[in-house]
Amino acid sequence: MTIQSPSLELGTALVQPIAAAAGRGYWQSVARRLRRDPVTLVCAGVLILLVASALAAPWLGLADPYKTSMIRRLYPLGSPGHLLGTDELGRDMLARLIYGGRLSLFMGVTPVVCALLIGGLLGITAGFVGGKTNMAIMRVMDVFYAFPSVLLAISLSGAMGAGTENTLLSLTLVFIPPVCRVSESVTTQVRGFDFVDAARASGAGTLTIVRVHVLGNVLGPILVYATSLISVAIILAAGLSFLGLGVKPPEPEWGLMLNTLRQAIYVNPVLAALPGVMIFITSICFNLMSDGLRSAMDVKA
Amino acid sequence: MFLYALRRLIYLVPVAFGVSLLVFALVHLAPGDPISAIVPPDAPKEVVDKLKEYYGFDKPLPVQYFRWLGVTLTGDFGTSIGTGRPVASEVASAFGNTIILAIAATTLAFTLAVILGTAAAYAKSRIVDRLVTLISLVGVSVPHFWLAIVLVIIFAVELGALPPMGMGPENSTGWRLDSAHLAHMVLPTIALSVIPLGVVTRTVRSTIKETLSMEFVTALQAKGMSDAKILRHVLKNAAPTCLAVMGLQAGNLIGGSILIETVFAWPGTGFLLNSAIFRRDLPILQGTTLVLAGFFMLLNLTVDVIQTMVDPRIKRG
Amino acid sequence: MDTVVPLEDRGGPAQPLLLARGLRKHFPVGGGILGRGAKVVRAVDDLTLSVAKGETLGVVGESGCGKSTVARLLIRLIRPDRGSMVLDGDPVDEPHGITVNELRRQVQMVFQDSYASLNPRLTIAETLAFAPKAHGLPAAEARERVRDLLSKVGLDPNNYAERYPHELSGGQRQRVNIARALALRPRLVILDEAVSALDKSVEAQVLNMLVDLKTELGLTYLFISHDLNVVQYLSDRVLVMYLGKIVELGPVEAIYGDPQHPYTRALLSARPSMDPRKRTKEAPIQGDPPNPIDPPSGCRFRTRCPFAEDVCAKVEPLLADTGRQEVACHMRVAGSGHSKATAA
Repeated sequence: MTIQSPSLELGTALVQPIAAAAGRGYWQSVARRLRRDPVTLVCAGVLILLVASALAAPWLGLADPYKTSMIRRLYPLGSPGHLLGTDELGRDMLARLIYGGRLSLFMGVTPVVCALLIGGLLGITAGFVGGKTNMAIMRVMDVFYAFPSVLLAISLSGAMGAGTENTLLSLTLVFIPPVCRVSESVTTQVRGFDFVDAARASGAGTLTIVRVHVLGNVLGPILVYATSLISVAIILAAGLSFLGLGVKPPEPEWGLMLNTLRQAIYVNPVLAALPGVMIFITSICFNLMSDGLRSAMDVKA
Repeated sequence: MFLYALRRLIYLVPVAFGVSLLVFALVHLAPGDPISAIVPPDAPKEVVDKLKEYYGFDKPLPVQYFRWLGVTLTGDFGTSIGTGRPVASEVASAFGNTIILAIAATTLAFTLAVILGTAAAYAKSRIVDRLVTLISLVGVSVPHFWLAIVLVIIFAVELGALPPMGMGPENSTGWRLDSAHLAHMVLPTIALSVIPLGVVTRTVRSTIKETLSMEFVTALQAKGMSDAKILRHVLKNAAPTCLAVMGLQAGNLIGGSILIETVFAWPGTGFLLNSAIFRRDLPILQGTTLVLAGFFMLLNLTVDVIQTMVDPRIKRG
Repeated sequence: MDTVVPLEDRGGPAQPLLLARGLRKHFPVGGGILGRGAKVVRAVDDLTLSVAKGETLGVVGESGCGKSTVARLLIRLIRPDRGSMVLDGDPVDEPHGITVNELRRQVQMVFQDSYASLNPRLTIAETLAFAPKAHGLPAAEARERVRDLLSKVGLDPNNYAERYPHELSGGQRQRVNIARALALRPRLVILDEAVSALDKSVEAQVLNMLVDLKTELGLTYLFISHDLNVVQYLSDRVLVMYLGKIVELGPVEAIYGDPQHPYTRALLSARPSMDPRKRTKEAPIQGDPPNPIDPPSGCRFRTRCPFAEDVCAKVEPLLADTGRQEVACHMRVAGSGHSKATAA
């Protein structure tokens, strides 16, 4: 599992200070390009479907995802009353998968959002202020960067113990350094542009300069990077649950389900693989959308 | 050149300190007393106190840290609570097994990635490019531990062609280069290689494409240089970035192999870490994390130094 | 449209508008272990200059001579390591004087037109309104000021206010840059290679506009450029820089008519001329520009000077008054020990 080194991923020309179409602001142009890209639209559609079904789960008329049954275990797909069969404790798979989406998506998105806020703030500060502050912040990040992300997540979770809150905390900690690095890198780049110097020369306060001049140019690349982290987060969260370090049973969560269904691979292999299919689809969609966002923002024509 | 490596090494020292601090703190992040991992909850107080004194848990934290650091630096990583054997030797043998898998996976992944990436960058037909992009997308998006399970289902359960777990035939320890052991390696290697394959393919493709669009390539073509020779130039140009990414992936692979090793019960550092976590065998947890993190740092340093050697644009020293 | 009222003048025409003394700025450059033995780029070393009210002071020199650093020091975008500044009699950034913020109200800078001299995410109007609003001007008045500024630089506000920088040509962007510098109604405008990136015809238009604005608004200019012809056209006095130091300083006619420093002469003679009768008689500059990290001892120009002697390596020449201009060269100072100097 990998959180790609930011500078290598984004290349040298991080900030493209060129807007797309005449008379339009930058973000409007980006939105327009996104709306025109079929791949992005399809992925967005799939994700919306997933999220919607996850959110609306209690009202979809599904079976109880917690209700076990010793008799009706490991029913195959298409069984009467259980469209996707039942798991090793007799619980309805369809319900488990949809309810599982709630936790899996939540565990994927929340750490990234938190890391975005914290890491972004730290990185932008380090990038704009520079000097000793920059060094201090980035050195601390370096310590975390000394660990491969999976190792860090597992060590942290392993030490803190399983459970949803602990997992959220450990994943957030894992994602803060890369977001911070990207933010610092982009902010330093923008800071060097002449218009920032001109803003400084106008005597405006630092916060004003950052708000008006820096944020608008910096948020784009940071956001693109953060969205690319969501799929990593989902897989990492699922992985932690798979190891028993994440969500605790009997909560439905795709990674946890993959673990508990392992015993079923000899009996009902397709069933055992189903939760992973969900992870796969979600991950692909987020990755494609992140790529789409990057293309939309990488405006040259 | 050497000075640069030396400087980077020196800069590593404070980071290494931080890492050791973090690893040390892991133990104390754990809920409850570290002692509770060793003794049953109803142990008499004298025993608990004696053990506390023995392990040094009664001293203030900074003292504990430096004692631990001092001892660790001499190579003594403590004793495993579960097996009673020295942590260092457990970690060492496990590390060896992980490396075997890592070498196989990286060889497979990087070779394929370079071929696919170059082909995609050069391909005239959009289909080839699209296909390779799809492959790398799948590689990056697939949950590799799930893929491992799927592979087991297909090849072990359904086809019965390959063994579903373990490093060698029943209960064998150690690794030998023979067909049985190789058979055990196939599935884990494939599962482990997908992510590096995806990432490196993407990187190779984009760096080569970028290089091809540079003016010097047009100049070489105008000079009448053969395509093969141009390819050499292009590869040289793309090499630094690609090597750096490969190094990073290799590092991630070694540090992050726990999931695959768990699926296949491969006795590597990941598997060791997993069992240590569940037995709450904190010395092993600390020792393994420390070794893996240290290895990762050194690997990154090596990659940086190599990149400086290969890419003359990067300022030296 | 209100006529711009110049900010309060103190001290009258004789007092220099801006006086900078002993400015020094060294930039650390990598190298060294644990900060020891780190190299420095000696961008500006002990530089003193004064700008008189209402004049245009031209600053010329090769790339890397420190001109841009001087500009940024004067407007305090960079803090000097040493040295002081006095704006119309008030010390800057000192207990009894004016603050840096106040300095920035009166001294503004026009940047070279690069793709990043204007914030690509803001409209022209937003860019121009930023400084006035930051100084407390209410939004409605700021809008008025924006329209006023745009008209002054020859851009129709109705057409250009809501545009984005990428929709403007280089010349138009530069007009906006100038408008931005004028937004706070400064007294001194520093132009750092302000026309260097423009096509020649556009350059001419912008230069003429600058001349008009100067008269209309009562401005003082510090014009930095590597283009000797433009500097000659625009300036009243000229200052020649080499490797962080001033080598010659004087009225434009004196500098261009009778250059006395070997570097100035070489610079001027290197200008291509349309006149076939004008042949280069002066010895051209020899060698490569030395490293600003390790400038030569004594006179920094000596490694490329055809007249260098021992004394040039030992003693650093100071700016000396030679009648019409000031020159930092041993050849012009009596009794310096140089063979070409007159005896003391």
